Amino acid sequence: MAKINFKLNEEFVEIDTDLNRRLLDVLRDDFSLTGVKEGCGEGECGACAILLNHQIVNSCSTPLANVIGKEVMTIEGFSKTKRYTAIKEAFAEAGGVQCGFCTPGMIIATESLLNKNPHPTDFEIKIGLSGNLCRCTGYNLIVEAVKLAIKRGEGLW
Amino acid sequence: MVKAYLPKTLEECLKMLNDFDLKVVAGGTDVLIQNRAPSQLPIGYKKDVCYILQIDELRKIYEDDQYLYIGSAVSLEEIMDSMIVPEILRKTILEMASPAIRHTATLAGNIANASPAGDSLVTLYLLDAEVEIRSMHHLRRMKVSDFITGVRRIELAKDELISKIIIPKFEFDQAYFKKVGPRLSDAISKVAFAGAYKLEGKKIMDFRVSFGAVNVTVVRELEIEKKIVSNTVKDIKKMQETIVSWYEKVINPIDDQRSNKAYRKVVALNLLREFIENLNL
Repeated sequence: MAKINFKLNEEFVEIDTDLNRRLLDVLRDDFSLTGVKEGCGEGECGACAILLNHQIVNSCSTPLANVIGKEVMTIEGFSKTKRYTAIKEAFAEAGGVQCGFCTPGMIIATESLLNKNPHPTDFEIKIGLSGNLCRCTGYNLIVEAVKLAIKRGEGLW
Repeated sequence: MVKAYLPKTLEECLKMLNDFDLKVVAGGTDVLIQNRAPSQLPIGYKKDVCYILQIDELRKIYEDDQYLYIGSAVSLEEIMDSMIVPEILRKTILEMASPAIRHTATLAGNIANASPAGDSLVTLYLLDAEVEIRSMHHLRRMKVSDFITGVRRIELAKDELISKIIIPKFEFDQAYFKKVGPRLSDAISKVAFAGAYKLEGKKIMDFRVSFGAVNVTVVRELEIEKKIVSNTVKDIKKMQETIVSWYEKVINPIDDQRSNKAYRKVVALNLLREFIENLNL
């Protein structure tokens, strides 16, 4: 057990727990942030994706020890931003959401991509989303959603 | 309960490794999966853990006249984005895993994991990369190809830490990495290939090829390369099937869930053929 600090959704938090826990479990069980999902549990599907210092990371394969002093943002925190609104509306309009299980991860992946590269090519969009699996949409609609978000959110990234 | 050690400096870390029996974890993207526990339980490590991502000394990429140095806690994404890293290594990393994994996984982790299908290893063998290893008492360097001795086997003592990856600088006329997998990203290779050459006039003065996922470790045959060097491009193209037959003897893939022996062998040798056919004057 150890007491550690990190920034979670724009707030400084302190937690006294086993540092060998997965970030995923800490977010869901200790902070009730259930937007992070456990899909595969082995880093393949991206349903548990979060932003760690503004970059997408899988919380199922991140030990809590690796977030000390860093900024963690989940879909709950990100949903309070203008960037989120632009992405959300684009996903809804383009039909990039069906069952919704992958959607928080897809949105986090989109933000991580656009934060680094505000005007990606189609290829770069596909690479940016490559760690997030969707079994409903067939991806084309999600790629369209990202392109729409880029157009609508011009200036936000 | 397994203990977590969090060294802030390299010195502190080496002291911990000297005093205790610890599992070193950087990004954790492989280690966590290999030690996966049921959901909601702590990671199923078999022994106490030392987390090294907070050590600044291990987080640098820099170069001198002869070498490029990559700290063992630098993420794959940082390496991929660094303009001083050879293009072939940057492109290899682009085809490894996904952004989420590249943001925390490390090159040293891919080496220490010593998987026969580790993509970066194919390129590191090709570039004659070395690892720098430290303990409280010594500092040593070793070629990656000697450091990895078998499937998940490395030459690392319990008190030692990989501190850097060192890549000799060399200008090739062409160098590329090619991966064969079910999709471009987020997939483990069925076969991987890397090739590079340097010409002097019409002669080849440097010729290198390496193969991944076709044997227990990456295959690179210095003896075969020696026989090829100093021939003209024209002669090498004429020798193509002879060269393929030399490599055929050392390419011994296995059947597994990702692919099978026969497919892997044919594809590996075809990638070699393609490389020879595309040698340019």
